[in-house]
Amino acid sequence: MELLATAGPALSDALVLIFQPQQLAFLVLGVLLGLSVGVFPGLGGIAGLSLVLPFIFGMDPVSGLALMVGLIAVVPTSDTFASVLLGIPGSTASQATVLDGFPLSKKGEAARALSAAFISSLFGGILGAIVLTAFILIARPLILAFEIPAMLAVTLLGLSMVAILAGRIPLKGIVAAGLGLMLGTVGEAGAGGSLRMASYDIPYLLDGFSLVIVGLGIFAIPEIVALLRQDRAISESGDLGKGWLHGIRDWWANKWLSVRCSAIGVLVGVIPGLGGSVVDWIAYGFTVQSSKDKSQFGKGDIRGVVGPESSNNAKEGGGLVPTLIFGIPGSGSMAVFLGGIALLGYDPGPHMVRHNLDITYTIVWSLALANVVGAGLCILLSNQIAKLTTIRFTLVAPFLFMIIAFAAFQSRQSLGDLVALMGIGMLGILLRRFEFSRPAFLIGFVLSHQAEAFANQVYQIAGARLRSSGMEGMLDYIASPLVLSILALTAVSIFIGIKQGKHVLGNDQPPTGAKRAPVIFLAALTVYVAVALWDAFTIRYTGDKVFPLTVGTITLIGALLLLLQMRRAPETHALFADNEQGGEDGSAPYGLWATLGWFAFLLGLSALFGFIIALAIFLLTFLRIRARIGWVQTLILTGAGIALMLILAGTLGRDFPAGLLQEFFDLPWPFT
Amino acid sequence: MTISTTRRIAGAVAMLAASTAMTSTAFAEAHGGVSFEGETIEYVIPFSESGGSARWANFFAPLLSEALPGNPTVVVRYRPGAGSTSGANWFQEQTTDDGTLIFGTSGSTQFPYLLGDPRVRYEYNDWQVVLVSGTGGVAYLPDELAGLMDGLDATGLQDTDFIWGSQGATRLDLVANLAWEMLGMNVEPVFGIEGRGDGRLMFERGEANIDYQTSSAYLRSVMPMVEAGMAVPMMTWGALDDEGNIVRDPTFPDIPTFAEVCEATPACETEGPAWDAWVAFFTAGFPAQKMIFLPGSTDQAIVDAYTDALNEIIARPDFAEMAETTLGDYPQMTGAAAQAAFRLGTQVDDSAREFVINWLEESYGVTLD
Repeated sequence: MELLATAGPALSDALVLIFQPQQLAFLVLGVLLGLSVGVFPGLGGIAGLSLVLPFIFGMDPVSGLALMVGLIAVVPTSDTFASVLLGIPGSTASQATVLDGFPLSKKGEAARALSAAFISSLFGGILGAIVLTAFILIARPLILAFEIPAMLAVTLLGLSMVAILAGRIPLKGIVAAGLGLMLGTVGEAGAGGSLRMASYDIPYLLDGFSLVIVGLGIFAIPEIVALLRQDRAISESGDLGKGWLHGIRDWWANKWLSVRCSAIGVLVGVIPGLGGSVVDWIAYGFTVQSSKDKSQFGKGDIRGVVGPESSNNAKEGGGLVPTLIFGIPGSGSMAVFLGGIALLGYDPGPHMVRHNLDITYTIVWSLALANVVGAGLCILLSNQIAKLTTIRFTLVAPFLFMIIAFAAFQSRQSLGDLVALMGIGMLGILLRRFEFSRPAFLIGFVLSHQAEAFANQVYQIAGARLRSSGMEGMLDYIASPLVLSILALTAVSIFIGIKQGKHVLGNDQPPTGAKRAPVIFLAALTVYVAVALWDAFTIRYTGDKVFPLTVGTITLIGALLLLLQMRRAPETHALFADNEQGGEDGSAPYGLWATLGWFAFLLGLSALFGFIIALAIFLLTFLRIRARIGWVQTLILTGAGIALMLILAGTLGRDFPAGLLQEFFDLPWPFT
Repeated sequence: MTISTTRRIAGAVAMLAASTAMTSTAFAEAHGGVSFEGETIEYVIPFSESGGSARWANFFAPLLSEALPGNPTVVVRYRPGAGSTSGANWFQEQTTDDGTLIFGTSGSTQFPYLLGDPRVRYEYNDWQVVLVSGTGGVAYLPDELAGLMDGLDATGLQDTDFIWGSQGATRLDLVANLAWEMLGMNVEPVFGIEGRGDGRLMFERGEANIDYQTSSAYLRSVMPMVEAGMAVPMMTWGALDDEGNIVRDPTFPDIPTFAEVCEATPACETEGPAWDAWVAFFTAGFPAQKMIFLPGSTDQAIVDAYTDALNEIIARPDFAEMAETTLGDYPQMTGAAAQAAFRLGTQVDDSAREFVINWLEESYGVTLD
């Protein structure tokens, strides 16, 4: 009752503050900026916020908040365009959306998928705000109940999603996930700083690979290359079948799924330290597990879009809770947001929730309003933008190569980013070709760092508890009711996954050819894991070696078992799945490596001449030789592409990758 | 997509241009002929967007924009990686010396440099310092353990198993680890947390039973716990007076310093190699924690323009109020004072270095090769 007495007036104050013309104008401005930045893969809330931060100082607080919140709120909405239309995970929030969204686009149902995604986002965002309004007053003790063992358990729950996404052959899924986990350990270890599969002579490797690059390499590059080989539009039929209204009806038919996934989003978002990257996978896994007919997942099931999209906007709301009441940012963009709030003269933390409740509610409800405006705009645009899927893909692809190269470069601003993108892209292509589950790989990679950190921390703290308060004290810590219930959920998730996962994301009868190619690929993976295992073995600091040793051993056993099975199985067995031997890829008019070669060409040129000059040469050559269009069109498109890059980088103040040429000559921007 | 996106981006550009015009004041003053009118100054920090350095940089960026001649746009850029060494290595190679590139470092950049970390390819003495921001740190305990201290004597804490969340043995946290060890306390660091905020959460959740925070974070987030009776301050690291002596921290005049506690605790000595090493690394890590640099080849007129602008910022009547939550009540040093602090922050003598390197290896098995 007392809570209501405080919350009520603050809430109405907040609503009055938000619904002023000036505030609304700033909110809409923020939404527009957020949408513009968010459509580019690899650029998210951080890039957008950094754009407005120089102007925040001195603004009136509510306007400044409206601008920033509007921007943050819609990034997980607009990145859906890239995920659904192009198969490019726009940001970590929409990786799972790719799995079913992109197949829907290929079926010619892009508009339907987009509008279903946006209405789900909108709903998730609003549900998140409603929950927050009540929750923010009482959340503190609940959040503090999430000790590290509980966070480790949630991480394991995330990893358990591998079971349902493993594909036709579970062992292959395990190897893929293990490989992802191992790739996640590359670089300087978080605890002791030991080097793993890295060297001080290659500074790029010290920080490991960034999620953006791995996401682009594993999902985007294989899909773009596969499509480019076909030389037709993304939509197989060449036109748009079901329109946006259909998508809204789809969402309504799955409204309870949307409610449940939004709840997952809020809950996981609320826990500081977990980060948002697991949310969409947990939501996707949950969607699949709770559906009766699983046969269409991974091939274009609308529920696979509704689930993760409902969760990712709700997560942004959830992420505000720790940001506001503890002053601890749940993500990179929240950290910048915190900085922005400080510039406005407020100081997030317990004080702010207690003494500036109206401001706190302004933030929460600006978020909801921004979701409505942003998702509403996107729904209106979705039919138009979906037409992209009916354009001949050969004309789209060079620009996608351009955008993902630029996006990847944002992670470390070094040429190494492009090399890493190329290398991981090749791995992604091979994983796709031989039907190793790419989602499993990505889940492993995403969770690797936190799985290791939490496991080490729990081990250390539990040890200290054992010494200070005996066995009982330790069990109280690691086996609290909360931990046990999450672990039980994990067990159920694995059980369902193993029982029913075989037909999700897998081909019942994949094309197979000779044994040779699949065996060579698996053998190469096995060798890598063995080398990484040996490398971990030589580390001196125990805390840095246990995790890669454990994961590496499991992965190695899995890979060896697979090799053993391969010896015995006939070459028509699904073990030897090889998409080059049949199906769409096998009959493609263009070769795999020649197509990838175009991308390599762009990267090679960049290494020589820097990105902008390389881009000009690449676009001209590609459009003339590969797309075979006339000179006039070629020049117009090349000019448009370069102009887009210049405006984007100019506005955001980003540099382009420099090449050998720049080593010798000092060139002005944009050639630097 | 291309066309509609271009249009939206063009809108963003228009917005930017309009806002720039709004924030710029009409005329540029003459500062030795230096004017940054219409220019964009990149303020690069070798850290990510989260964390204290980002807050610090974003605090100064808009103020610099107002105070520098010609009112340039000042944008903060982030180049995180390898514990801030990759960003510093990058800055070392930059040749932009027209004042449009400045670089902000922190204790995390200084410590690897001082310890001879193999990743370090930068040389502080090649750069020109224009601002030094100091800070302090406060160690605190849960209420029930604080009672074990006998006044300033920490001997009562020696039988307790302490545990705390630490960012890494070679980071700023080594000042805390070494101090507690000198007091004879048995403190086990849980390495690998992402930031000091996570360490504080561990304390709040009862997983850690000792912690320290830098001053601004202490004021913001630990004070409420102290008021609620959940935490009790144990000691500050102290501050340096003009002669280089350790004195009480001006932000926390009521909390004793480590020097006082060490003095009162029989196990701890305020002389000898351990003490000298602690003082050396404390000095490098706290009173000269964050600095702004220009490349070494920058013209003196530009350096002076920066110094003037920073002096102007510090002299603002509302500076203390604005700085309170972000920077705390510490000297912001420019000119000669900045030079002196810079020398303190980037030099330790060989014996202190040797001591710390040996201690890191013995206590934590951490080596720097």
